[in-house]
Amino acid sequence: MTPTIAMLLIITFLLSTVGLLLLIWSIANNQFSHGQAAARTIFSPGEEGHSEDPALAAKPAFTGDNTEQAIAIAARWTADQSSRTAVLAWLSSAVFWLVLGSFFGLITSVKMHLPEFLMSSEFLTFGRVRPVHLNAVTYGWASMAGIGAALFMIPRLFKTSLAGGKYAVMGSVIWNIGLVLGLGAITLGLSDGEEWLEFPWQVDLLFVVGGALCAIPLLLTAANRQVEHLYVTSWYLMAALVWFPILFLIANLPFTFPGASGATVNWWFAHNVLGLWVTPIGIGIAYYLIPKILGRPIISYQLSLIGFWALALFYSQVGIHHLIGGPIPTWLVTLSIVHSVMMSIPVITVAINHHGTMMGNFGRLKDSPTLRFVWIGALMYTVASLQGSMEALRSINVITHFTHYTIAHAHLGMYAFLSFILFGAVYFIMPRLTNWEWPWHRLISLHFWLVSIGIVIYVVSLSIAGWKQGVALLDAAMPFMDIVRMTLPALQARTVGGALMTLGHLVFAFHFVAMLMHRGAGNEQPTLFRPAAKETAQ
Amino acid sequence: MKGALAIMIGAALILLLATLTLVVMPYLQMSAEQVPPDLKPYTEQQQRGRQVYIANGCVYCHSQQPRDPGFAPGDRDRGWGRPSVPGDYAYDQPHLMGTMRTGPDLFNVGARLPSIGWQLLHLYNPRVVHKDSIMPSYPFLFRHVDEAAEGDTVVYLPDAFGPESGQIVATEDALALAEYLLALDHTYPAPTLPKTDKPKE
Repeated sequence: MTPTIAMLLIITFLLSTVGLLLLIWSIANNQFSHGQAAARTIFSPGEEGHSEDPALAAKPAFTGDNTEQAIAIAARWTADQSSRTAVLAWLSSAVFWLVLGSFFGLITSVKMHLPEFLMSSEFLTFGRVRPVHLNAVTYGWASMAGIGAALFMIPRLFKTSLAGGKYAVMGSVIWNIGLVLGLGAITLGLSDGEEWLEFPWQVDLLFVVGGALCAIPLLLTAANRQVEHLYVTSWYLMAALVWFPILFLIANLPFTFPGASGATVNWWFAHNVLGLWVTPIGIGIAYYLIPKILGRPIISYQLSLIGFWALALFYSQVGIHHLIGGPIPTWLVTLSIVHSVMMSIPVITVAINHHGTMMGNFGRLKDSPTLRFVWIGALMYTVASLQGSMEALRSINVITHFTHYTIAHAHLGMYAFLSFILFGAVYFIMPRLTNWEWPWHRLISLHFWLVSIGIVIYVVSLSIAGWKQGVALLDAAMPFMDIVRMTLPALQARTVGGALMTLGHLVFAFHFVAMLMHRGAGNEQPTLFRPAAKETAQ
Repeated sequence: MKGALAIMIGAALILLLATLTLVVMPYLQMSAEQVPPDLKPYTEQQQRGRQVYIANGCVYCHSQQPRDPGFAPGDRDRGWGRPSVPGDYAYDQPHLMGTMRTGPDLFNVGARLPSIGWQLLHLYNPRVVHKDSIMPSYPFLFRHVDEAAEGDTVVYLPDAFGPESGQIVATEDALALAEYLLALDHTYPAPTLPKTDKPKE
């Protein structure tokens, strides 16, 4: 134990010294000076004050008041077209995995209250269907849609064409092969056995290669960039694309971490998939789309940079809060709890920026589909993150650990936050790539209400039942089977919520395919929830 | 490019720090931890059962990590056993600590329910034992035969749950899984835990 404490002290000392040197360096180099100018880099000259939504308005949103501005708008159109094949490859795959993953989620949910449902096949037993759901929606839907959105934003953020797009297309093929093999392996009972790391390590290599192939266009495009300031979205996207391969590689090293240390690596990884992979992508997208649709820069650029580095520092060390009360050293658990609570700093800075920028523009939620999805996603990020910090406290965790409450929280984060932002991003991206408007605004509306009502039922029912379950588990006076019976109504409600969400995804996927096939009226009028409301936009 | 590289390198360094504190240091500390002398390595059959446990995802509903009674008294009071210590998992690769208690903790299920007949019956259909259980049945781990052969392990079922004719016998996988469950017995004293049962001075 003594060498551990000594090591901790040395690391703490080194860390604070490095932090101090960094602060001195950044002050000396005027790192704090590029404030609002950097926040405006996402607008082309003269565009500020004009919304970039919808894509193809009957009355174009903004085409430039003079030649220079018109050239900039045209250049952006060229940049969008340059990423077209790569982005469509990733997004179409993502939509496919979303639908597949939703059905597996639904089957899992039904099995929780009807255990005899599809029980005779070993391939559809609960313990295989559930990890297929998790891996399909995490590595299929969320990761692929996230990478797709990142590939779309990179050329826009760097104001140049996407270079090396074909590597990203190759990457998507390899990634998809990895998913097919990985999900197949779980179904056949060849899981690696750790949550979030079920894919056999041989298959994991495909994801590392597929992900690395996406880094090539990122680096090539960054090398060509035409902007002076790197907008905060590109910070998040670049960091996420650096973090994920490292994480995935270390956590999947076979035969390396036995026993209890395997558990720490498992949860260090699993929470980092959320914290250092999908969260930065989600926040990054919101940081771009909210100001673009409103036509006004984020309110505090400095704050956004503090939020970024605080996220990197704190989120990377929260994972062990999944093992509170478990057989691992106390200092380790405490370290993760401290970092989990510290996470409120980046969360609040992001909240101030996202919601502060929205202030006074909430009316636009009525007409812009993208803004409605993205802002609700951003709001749920704030909620889910603060809830997560709370759940890491020992006094709360002793109740919520091992219960359905955690499942509700996970879906609040991965769905109400991340997936909503990804839905919004897809609604923004597709018209610009296909040069076609979304065919039916009513379908977007239907999608929105189905998934919104679904996730509310899901989270509310499981949170309440999970909390009651956790309280009951602590006191042996209530027999275990009574607790199971107590949670049943919530498990049934979850199936209702999940069914609505799945239905919403079918609507979304249908609309997506219709869009690819250029169905509907096309470019005659913009697709807003309320076409008539567009005049009130500004 | 300079700015972009700085961000990526900075991001990677921070992750390196987290890897040091959350992966390397725990690994160094816990791999030096004493293995309890009473902990037996798994037999080949138990190890096979462990793979069946993994393949069918038992971990998604069952934990294997009783908490300290001073922290979560229910764990002890439900008979799940003393708090586990890192040494208890010395032969576990991968770990199966779990994060859900849709079903009870299984760290000491071998001590709590030591009958292989009970385990097989419960795996074949949990509702034979608990009528409201939401655990899945695992019929695919059993065979339906007209007449059990010499050496077959027969699962004796109440009439309402059994087949109309013939008998249900356990496959090698079912036997291995049951043996693994019976091996989940960590009731020996943990040398690294403070001995709380002695009266304090």
